[in-house]
Amino acid sequence: MLDAIRNLWSLIYNLFPNLAQALAAFLRGTGLPGWGVDLLMALLSALVVVISVLLGMLGMTLMERKVMGRMQNRLGPNRVGPLGLLQPIADAIKFLIKEDIVPTNADRWVHTLAPIVAAIPAVLVYAVIPFGKGMAAADLNIGVLYILAVSSITTIGIVMAGWASNNKYSLLGGMRAAAQIISYEVPLVLSMLVAVMLAGSLSLGKIVEAQGGLLGILGWNVFRVPFGTLAFLTYMICAVAELNRTPFDLPEGESEIVTGYITEYSGLKWGLFYLGEYFNAIAVSAIATTLFLGGWQGPILPPYVWFLGKVLVIVFILIWLRSTLPRFRVDQLMGFAWKVVLPIALVNIFVTGAAITLWQAFVK
Amino acid sequence: MAEPAVYAAFFILAAVTLGGAIAVVTARNILHSALFLALVFVSVAGLYVLLEAPFLAAVQILIYVGAIIVLILFALMLTRRITGERVRQTNAQALPAALAALALLAVLGGLVATFAWRVSTESPPPNTVPLLGEALMRTYMLPFEVAGVVLLVALVGAIILAKER
Repeated sequence: MLDAIRNLWSLIYNLFPNLAQALAAFLRGTGLPGWGVDLLMALLSALVVVISVLLGMLGMTLMERKVMGRMQNRLGPNRVGPLGLLQPIADAIKFLIKEDIVPTNADRWVHTLAPIVAAIPAVLVYAVIPFGKGMAAADLNIGVLYILAVSSITTIGIVMAGWASNNKYSLLGGMRAAAQIISYEVPLVLSMLVAVMLAGSLSLGKIVEAQGGLLGILGWNVFRVPFGTLAFLTYMICAVAELNRTPFDLPEGESEIVTGYITEYSGLKWGLFYLGEYFNAIAVSAIATTLFLGGWQGPILPPYVWFLGKVLVIVFILIWLRSTLPRFRVDQLMGFAWKVVLPIALVNIFVTGAAITLWQAFVK
Repeated sequence: MAEPAVYAAFFILAAVTLGGAIAVVTARNILHSALFLALVFVSVAGLYVLLEAPFLAAVQILIYVGAIIVLILFALMLTRRITGERVRQTNAQALPAALAALALLAVLGGLVATFAWRVSTESPPPNTVPLLGEALMRTYMLPFEVAGVVLLVALVGAIILAKER
């Protein structure tokens, strides 16, 4: 009896890697050549990742509206389905059936390509994220660098949208977005570097493994006071700025420039921008979890549950920030990036390097 | 990996790179040129991946697409008149330009064809990042630091030039 429970628990604990192994074994049994099995498994894991991220995105839109509703002392969506649970599906159908409008003097090709260029990198980021023990679609040696490289393409999509719409508000929004993302990318990279230095690897899998520690909790980078905690804080500040979310939502500040670079978009193209933004928000939470909150590390519960829980906490913090803080002014924004966050991140790297060197020299 | 897939990927990437490069110089609108240049950079990064140099590929996208193209677009958007379609992007120097380009192609092509390339049958190391780090921070420390100082000087110079009004 006890054995049966233990077996069942270990099955649940490693559910997804076990499923993948069983499926691969089954495919090999059908007489497919080796590369065919590999290709099929790669396609399948990509499909699973994309579908779960899509579901996560639908869930986050609902969560955002519900949580913000409660924080503003109202109920949020509660009419579509039980407790308003089907609201995201209604929204998705609305995007699909709305008219697609392209302004007369817009650059038609660039206008159409912009939302695609902005949304695709947000999906690509998920390829390297370890969702659980042995649950990364591709654990690259250069994982962190890959994330930075791929997500830097998003800026081009935003700038394309701002320029191609041929609208002054779009152009202003696109310029603001580009300036903001370039400025905050520097401290963002520097704070991610702290996690890389502590693990001695750019691979996300290795970074998570390096955060084991006591009970799978005390080794998290965020608990390595002071530099780990500081890096986590600067990362979160810069990540919110990269996402163009409140308090850094100047590129789409409704009260000043309509909705910035998205002003001239409608229907599915608008939906793609929206999709990209939420994909990015979840990706940023997943990266924060991986780099600073120990990824899937944690006691008792299965790794993927820990990972999902931590991502949900960060997503909640993002929503909390949005409903709490007012918007920055343009002049404050740049000053904050270059005069406050960047020096802190830079000094933090120096302190981390010194601490690692001292540790290696005296303790080991 | 299966050989035919690698060849197919190479030819697709090469076609995109060359097509994009032609589009960069023939596009009527300078902003389109910049966007095609981004496409070329991305497909060159793809070629690096095929050559099993993922670090180089990631850096290529991070620096050329994420920084340089964005800066080009930013500068173009700040000078709105250039991006208007009324401004001519070309001048009447097509023939001399073609001759100069052909001469450069001949020199480079000749060099590539005649140079004794060192060929190795060993497979590349699986993880090149530590090797690169060792090379930059130990073996070639001085040139690396000098490059950093030069960049810093350029940065300070740019700020001083921009401040003088």
